Amino acid sequence: MDQGWYHIGGLNLVTAFAMGVGTFACRAGGYWLFSRFKPSPGLQATLSYIPGCLFVSYVAPAVVDGGPKAWIGATVALATMKLTGSMIWPIFTGTAAAWAVWALST
Amino acid sequence: MQPPPVTFSREGFTRGLKASPALVLGGVPFGIVTGLTAQAHGLSLAEATLMSFFAFAGSAQLLALGVWTTPVNFLPVNLTALTVNLRFLLMGPLLAPWLDTLRGWRRWLSLFFMIDHNWALSLKEMQAGRNDAAYLIGSGIPIWVAWVLLTMAGHVLGSVVAAPPGHPVYFAALSVFIALLIPMWRGRSDLLPWIGAAAVAFGVSRLLPGTTWHIVAGALSGGLFGALRDRFRKPA
Repeated sequence: MDQGWYHIGGLNLVTAFAMGVGTFACRAGGYWLFSRFKPSPGLQATLSYIPGCLFVSYVAPAVVDGGPKAWIGATVALATMKLTGSMIWPIFTGTAAAWAVWALST
Repeated sequence: MQPPPVTFSREGFTRGLKASPALVLGGVPFGIVTGLTAQAHGLSLAEATLMSFFAFAGSAQLLALGVWTTPVNFLPVNLTALTVNLRFLLMGPLLAPWLDTLRGWRRWLSLFFMIDHNWALSLKEMQAGRNDAAYLIGSGIPIWVAWVLLTMAGHVLGSVVAAPPGHPVYFAALSVFIALLIPMWRGRSDLLPWIGAAAVAFGVSRLLPGTTWHIVAGALSGGLFGALRDRFRKPA
């Protein structure tokens, strides 16, 4: 990094703060709003599908475009999660597998 | 049977505190990876720390940092984070039996400290008939403190390692989201929405390369598709 650790860029600060405001709006807003009226079944269903679809939308193009290291890393991470049921191990095994493929191919 | 009245006491706070170490421990690699990703995307240590301090939103921050450019692309970054956080809209109302009884700062501070893990634990407390609403803040504070410190640790680690962009160490962030797919999977009804989301995400990523609109577009279209499909599907 060419900047000091204490550097605070105006726009970065605004973005980080806006993220805080947005996150709190979701945490508090759902409680506030839906204690006044019940969400329609359609809205409830849409919101319940969004988290899974969101992660798929992030992961799928990134893995496909990432080449062999991403394909193998992804497979290993998925298998590790399935086997261990813990969020900790896939981070290590997936990264290690991607790293190994990358090291062998460069 | 009438559940016991809701309290907000030191005992409840302490019960929450005692439940938190396991959650803190589970979050260690997650926090480190988030700090590492922040460093790789050009945030200073101070900026990364402030972000974790304000937002306290694990997966939202990590995903948003993954698409963060220098200078920062304000709208896509915040829209990505917001989409990850939409799930909170449905989580808050389930805590209403506690929150409704709280006044002023207690209610809103409780909501600030609501994350997936202590939300689930709080629901279990309710089911067990333990109605002390201070549990949520008690279990949230240590996780929040740890989250800020771990972000810092990850950032420092990133500066020390100083891996070039594209280095496989940054695959760690993607690994988190790949692994999250397993607990996210709720069964076969998710299959078509997920395929739809992936297809839309692909299309948009080709149409608008180098941007992050494909994430939001895939998420929203998958969500709408799932809801419409459920609506028109014959009840089993």
